[in-house]
Amino acid sequence: MASGYSAKEEDGHHSGALGPAGGAAVRSRKPDNTAFKQQRLPAWQPILTAGTVLPAFFIIGLLFIPIGIGLYVTSNNIRELQIDYTGTESSSPCFACSQNYSWNMTTPCVCSVSFSLDQPFESNVFMYYGLSNFYQNHRRYVKSRDDSQLNGNLNSLKEPSKECEPYRTNDGKPIAPCGAIANSLFNDTLALYYNDPNGTETQIQLVKRGIAWWTDKHVKFRNPVGDDSNLTAIFQGTAKPVNWQKPVYELDSDPENNGFINEDLIVWMRTAALPTFRKLYRIIEKNSSTSPTLPRGNYTLKITYNYPVRSFEGRKRMILSTISWMGGKNPFLGIAYITVGSICFFLGVVLLIIHHKYGSRSSSADLTH
Amino acid sequence: MAREGARGSRARKKGKKESKTRVVHSNVLHERAKGEENPNRHYADNKIKTTKYTLLSFLPKNLFEQFHRFANVYFVFIALLNFVPALSAFQPELSLAPVLFILSVTAIKDLWEDYRRHRSDKEINHMDCLVYSRYEKYWKEVRVGDFIRLRCNEILPADVLLLSSSDPDHLCHIETATLDGETNLKQRQVVRSFIDLDCEFDPLKYSSIIECEKPNNDLNRFRGYIIHRSGRRDGLYKENLLLRGCTIRNTEEAVGIVIYAGHETKAMLNNNGPRYKRSKLERQMNVDVFWCVVILLVMCLFSAIGHGLWLFQYGDKRPIFDVLSPEGTDLSPALSAIYLFLTMVIVFQVLIPISLFVSIEIVKICQVYIIHQDVDLYDEETDSHLQCRALNITEDLGQMQYIFSDKTGTLTENKMVFRRCTVAGVEYSHDANGEGPRTTCEKDITPDPQLLDKVNECSSQLEYMRYHRQPLSQLPSELSDVLDFFIALTICNTVVVSSPNQPRQKVSSSSLATSRSVPRASSSLLPSPSADGTLVRLQEEHTADAPEGILRPSVLDTGGATGPPEEGELRYEAESPDEAALVYAARAYKCALAGRLPDQVTVELPHLGKLAFELLHTLGFDSTRKRMSVVVRHPLTDQITVYTKGADSVIMDLIGPPAADDTKGKRQRKILYKTQNYLNQYAADGLRTLCIAKKVLSKEDYEIWLKSHLAAETAIHGREELLFESALRLETNLHLLGATGIEDRLQDGVPETIASLRKAGLQIWVLTGDKQETAINIAYACKLLHYIQSKFLCNTPEPSNRAFEDDFTAFHAPGLPSPASTPFLIHQLGLVIDGKTLAYALEKSLEDRFLAVARSCRSVLCCRSTPLQKSMVVKLVRNKLKVMTLAIGDGANDVSMIQVADVGVGISGQEGMQAVMASDFALPRFQYLQKLLLVHGHWCYSRLANMILYFFYKNAVTLIFWYQFYCGFSGSVMIDQWFLIFFNLMFSAFPQLITGTLDKDVSAETLQDLPQLYMNGQNSEEYKPYMFWMNMIDAFFQSLVCFFIPYFAYADSDVDLFTWGTPITSLALFTILLHLGIETKTWTWLNWASIAFSIGLFFSVALCYHSSCPTCFSPSNPYWTMQRLLGDPLFYLICVITPVSALLPRQVAVLQCVLVLNTPSQRSLHIYSRDLIHAKGINTSIGRARGPSSPARCKWVGS
Repeated sequence: MASGYSAKEEDGHHSGALGPAGGAAVRSRKPDNTAFKQQRLPAWQPILTAGTVLPAFFIIGLLFIPIGIGLYVTSNNIRELQIDYTGTESSSPCFACSQNYSWNMTTPCVCSVSFSLDQPFESNVFMYYGLSNFYQNHRRYVKSRDDSQLNGNLNSLKEPSKECEPYRTNDGKPIAPCGAIANSLFNDTLALYYNDPNGTETQIQLVKRGIAWWTDKHVKFRNPVGDDSNLTAIFQGTAKPVNWQKPVYELDSDPENNGFINEDLIVWMRTAALPTFRKLYRIIEKNSSTSPTLPRGNYTLKITYNYPVRSFEGRKRMILSTISWMGGKNPFLGIAYITVGSICFFLGVVLLIIHHKYGSRSSSADLTH
Repeated sequence: MAREGARGSRARKKGKKESKTRVVHSNVLHERAKGEENPNRHYADNKIKTTKYTLLSFLPKNLFEQFHRFANVYFVFIALLNFVPALSAFQPELSLAPVLFILSVTAIKDLWEDYRRHRSDKEINHMDCLVYSRYEKYWKEVRVGDFIRLRCNEILPADVLLLSSSDPDHLCHIETATLDGETNLKQRQVVRSFIDLDCEFDPLKYSSIIECEKPNNDLNRFRGYIIHRSGRRDGLYKENLLLRGCTIRNTEEAVGIVIYAGHETKAMLNNNGPRYKRSKLERQMNVDVFWCVVILLVMCLFSAIGHGLWLFQYGDKRPIFDVLSPEGTDLSPALSAIYLFLTMVIVFQVLIPISLFVSIEIVKICQVYIIHQDVDLYDEETDSHLQCRALNITEDLGQMQYIFSDKTGTLTENKMVFRRCTVAGVEYSHDANGEGPRTTCEKDITPDPQLLDKVNECSSQLEYMRYHRQPLSQLPSELSDVLDFFIALTICNTVVVSSPNQPRQKVSSSSLATSRSVPRASSSLLPSPSADGTLVRLQEEHTADAPEGILRPSVLDTGGATGPPEEGELRYEAESPDEAALVYAARAYKCALAGRLPDQVTVELPHLGKLAFELLHTLGFDSTRKRMSVVVRHPLTDQITVYTKGADSVIMDLIGPPAADDTKGKRQRKILYKTQNYLNQYAADGLRTLCIAKKVLSKEDYEIWLKSHLAAETAIHGREELLFESALRLETNLHLLGATGIEDRLQDGVPETIASLRKAGLQIWVLTGDKQETAINIAYACKLLHYIQSKFLCNTPEPSNRAFEDDFTAFHAPGLPSPASTPFLIHQLGLVIDGKTLAYALEKSLEDRFLAVARSCRSVLCCRSTPLQKSMVVKLVRNKLKVMTLAIGDGANDVSMIQVADVGVGISGQEGMQAVMASDFALPRFQYLQKLLLVHGHWCYSRLANMILYFFYKNAVTLIFWYQFYCGFSGSVMIDQWFLIFFNLMFSAFPQLITGTLDKDVSAETLQDLPQLYMNGQNSEEYKPYMFWMNMIDAFFQSLVCFFIPYFAYADSDVDLFTWGTPITSLALFTILLHLGIETKTWTWLNWASIAFSIGLFFSVALCYHSSCPTCFSPSNPYWTMQRLLGDPLFYLICVITPVSALLPRQVAVLQCVLVLNTPSQRSLHIYSRDLIHAKGINTSIGRARGPSSPARCKWVGS
């Protein structure tokens, strides 16, 4: 590399030698006296002195601590309720269901968990299902999908990507949707009932639309379009994923939420970053401005238990949460801001003391020169 | 490239036959026999091709060259690993991108350079020249055996043997500036047998055959002979050869035959490529690259084991997310781990900085450019500025510890001023010259009135005597010595008289030309024109009343000759400046050199007018004999006279024994004694001394000597040795005429430069070929030695090992208990050692002891050292003490030491270009060394050291590693592969390049005012091995922060893999840019712009990328991610807190130096020192400011 560059000099020398004979008016080779070439560009030199640095520490401290407090308070105002229904303990209502380990159970196992809310949930409530120890971020798992198939490409429907292996074909028929992610779709059904104090049990309306990203629902995921508007016909000749009980075109009765654009599928396909994660399941919308979305009282969660997690010691949760502008309940960021702000402030004070005690003798003497 | 051409031609010739010589026939004779029968067809033609590639060979050849760099092979290997399905971490095509990018950047650069070469080749190949019988031709069409007609100011297209010249003396003048940088004109002679031709040279009649050496790169050698049809052989010398690239001057027209063409010309064979050196910093860096590899392997191993264990815990129950291999087979945990190991090698590839090597090259090129542009390193006088010839060792300039300097021309100006002389034992002090202003040069010499009187007296007596036809021997011996002294000064040299820009006409009158019966060279051994004739001629000339004051060179009216028209003063072009100084000195005494031809020297004397000395032989100067001689026929006495000029040590030994008996002998002894005294005095005054002697040869003696000399001249093998012996035979029994003292002025600013380099902790040794006294004087003058300093002289009069050993032991015993305990005592000592002693000191058994002594001395002076010794000293110090050495010199005798040293600096002064050609840096003046080392060296070193450290840090921020703990060590990445791969290559590349090129830790003024700051680099303070580890630990910490803040912020949320990874990428970018900001000491708008550009580039690329294709870029599938993130307050919140907390420890460490340890960081120093310098107690405050050095980041100068 370097030799290549310097070859320029070499032939510069050469051509110089053979330049115009007689040496016509040689231009002075004096370098230009410009600020850039002489390295005299106006420059800002941040001077680290007690006078410049300590205020910075204090400012950071004073900025971060209020932000942290604000975040902490916001996070604390969020109502959240988590119910673990894995059923590993024998006392758990879902213990029986969890023992029957199988993907293809013909008879659904239903269990119900009762809980009570001490505080009402005022605004819209988001219902999540949470999984633990589920490595949706495994390298081979993450890749095991065919986006073009999910986007409604007919060719990919018949001829899924190789990435889907070994969930690409079943009995010679292409799987739709193919791949390990789709294959492991979370298929528990959750229903929430409010137990009135008078004893009646009212089912709470769970909205299943609007839980996925808008762009996912409308751009990334599309049902294949064929001659027939009937999904069943379009998916003719494909196989359902091995672990699924129903084919993809029977996921929901609503045609706007069926097939590849089923929002539960879309949410699942967005693979989680960490092994403990939650995914939005349903939204409980606030109906009236006067009454809370979920009033205080007793509730029953009825679970159609299909999803086995025992093999990897996973846990399943149902989470009810309100959200704020900064998302779900997470006090960490508030604490982090407060901590960092305090550390900065503390360091500022310590450095100030040290500077006054030890530094002033000589350094201020130097400074005042 | 030239080498390849030569190889090609060699191969071609091998097919013909293996011969040791080259035979050249005339092409004219073989005009019809084109092709097959032309005997010259096997020789290379004149087309040059310095390009490396052709269109077809570019790709394979360039790739082949690039793969010589190990890193490139490594990265290609990584990229290819991706094509194995079981391992693939990224899209295989994408993983090729970085290595392709790097390769193509280099390839484009190479291609561009090659195109430039191609263009310049084409230009050169298409220059015109006149080829006999074929009219105007392009250069590339010239072939060996062609006759070429050359006109004034034309450039030679090939190596041409001179056959004819329009010059009346059959000379051709050439300027060889392009070959050796010497601008003085050189004479070349027509081949002897063609001198006699009466008519113009006719190529058609030429039928001789030339046999000469094979092409070689020795510019100063050419041997061969020409065989005429008659069978006569004539020797060919380098004086007959005109080299390619030289320019014809002062000669109207010349004709020659091409001997070597194209790549076989001496100029092309000399065209070596630049050197490739590896700097100390780079060697250090390579060690750390190795450590990076170790870290990488450890991390991969860790992940592989982790993955194995993770799989193992599930046992037979396959979790739903553990996908089978594409083949559907179940891998055992162990096998999985092995696969994963390789996958991790791919994933962690960023740990080995692929762009580091390219970035370093780019930064170095920028640094070289900036050094080039420094106006302070530009010399108005010579219109030259610093040249960096080696491009990759700029940072070594900041780490020098020893400087080895030549004296003459390096410390001194090499502008010789004639200061004093002794003639026949009488000293003429020339006091008027001493006080002259600095501008005094060799041309303006005020003659000593006393001596001038003597010259006048002498010449008037001569005139009188000639008028009365008295023999010259009656002249008083003192006066005759004076006359001979000046004649010797005038003619005993190789000075050429030139009148600029004029084709030279014959200087002497036609009468002179014809009166010389036959040219010496022809055949008769002793042409003997009568003494009468000479005197008559003199008389004739004298009628032309030589003008007194102004020198008018060649106007001789007698023959009505066509002298050149009115012109300016004559210029004397000398190979060495002291020759010129002597000729100018003689001219001041009216003894002026008027012209020089190969066989005649014309001298103009007062009253006597022009005298033509027939020049019989010139025995040139060489460093072994240390003298030169001319053999002339004295026109006044018609005696064969030898004038010798040389170093006093050798001439004094050659002086013939004084006549034993009478007063004459006594007088001679006295003269000898006095002269020796004066010589010592001159040396003590720091003057260069030369002795002038003469010898009169009897005809018989001359004849005997001539015979052997001619035999030596025509010998092809061992000619040099024979000529040397022949010279030795002649130069004996000399008669001492006098001695001269020439001042070699110190260059401007040398003492100051040396003092400040010294303060910078550099050891300065002077290695000179001069004699001890002169050297010591120069050393005093340039403050290398102090008068108060005790000197330790090492001279070995009796060459014995033993004595020397005792010497050193004695020195050791009292003076040096241990270097550390008594530093002051030691630093007062200066060691002066001479060549003979040095030879012993450099012997294996003694070199350690010599070094131990030399090391503890403040200054070391080696005098009388040969070029080989110089290089041996440098090599010894470099290898034994493991220090960085810099050799600086200007002459051919310094070349070997320049090549041996870590950094070689050439002074582009007067003594040719050999030193510059061999050097890494060429400076116009010695004093520029101060800025080059103290400022540019320091900057280059600190910039590059910091950049390398930063690079290691940047690449070690491996967030992915932490992620492995949360993805079952499956080699999964949360950062989009595009970002991952282009992160270092694009998003974070520019700011560090700007900082690496422009950052100034301390201002130029401060660096020059406080040379102590240089020790920073000497001790490698910017880049110590521990700093690499500190940076690694810092990177480790920062990556922890950058990983875990987003981790906890998004823990147990519905975030998906890449919506979580993108903020991590952004905040990592912010963190490393902020880190760079902390490291940057000066902020120019370029720094701001580059950082803004980096951030802007990242976000605009992310936005475009994330909105471009909803189904592409599997598996990350980042559609609309960034757009969503930008609407998420959480994104901003973590982007603010993470960089701040990640850089907190580093910031505190820096502050600790400033506030707690009270160590001003260098940037603060910059401001303070400006005031401090004006304040009085600068040394004390700096001394105090040094304080204890902090462990982490205070890179302050150690004491």
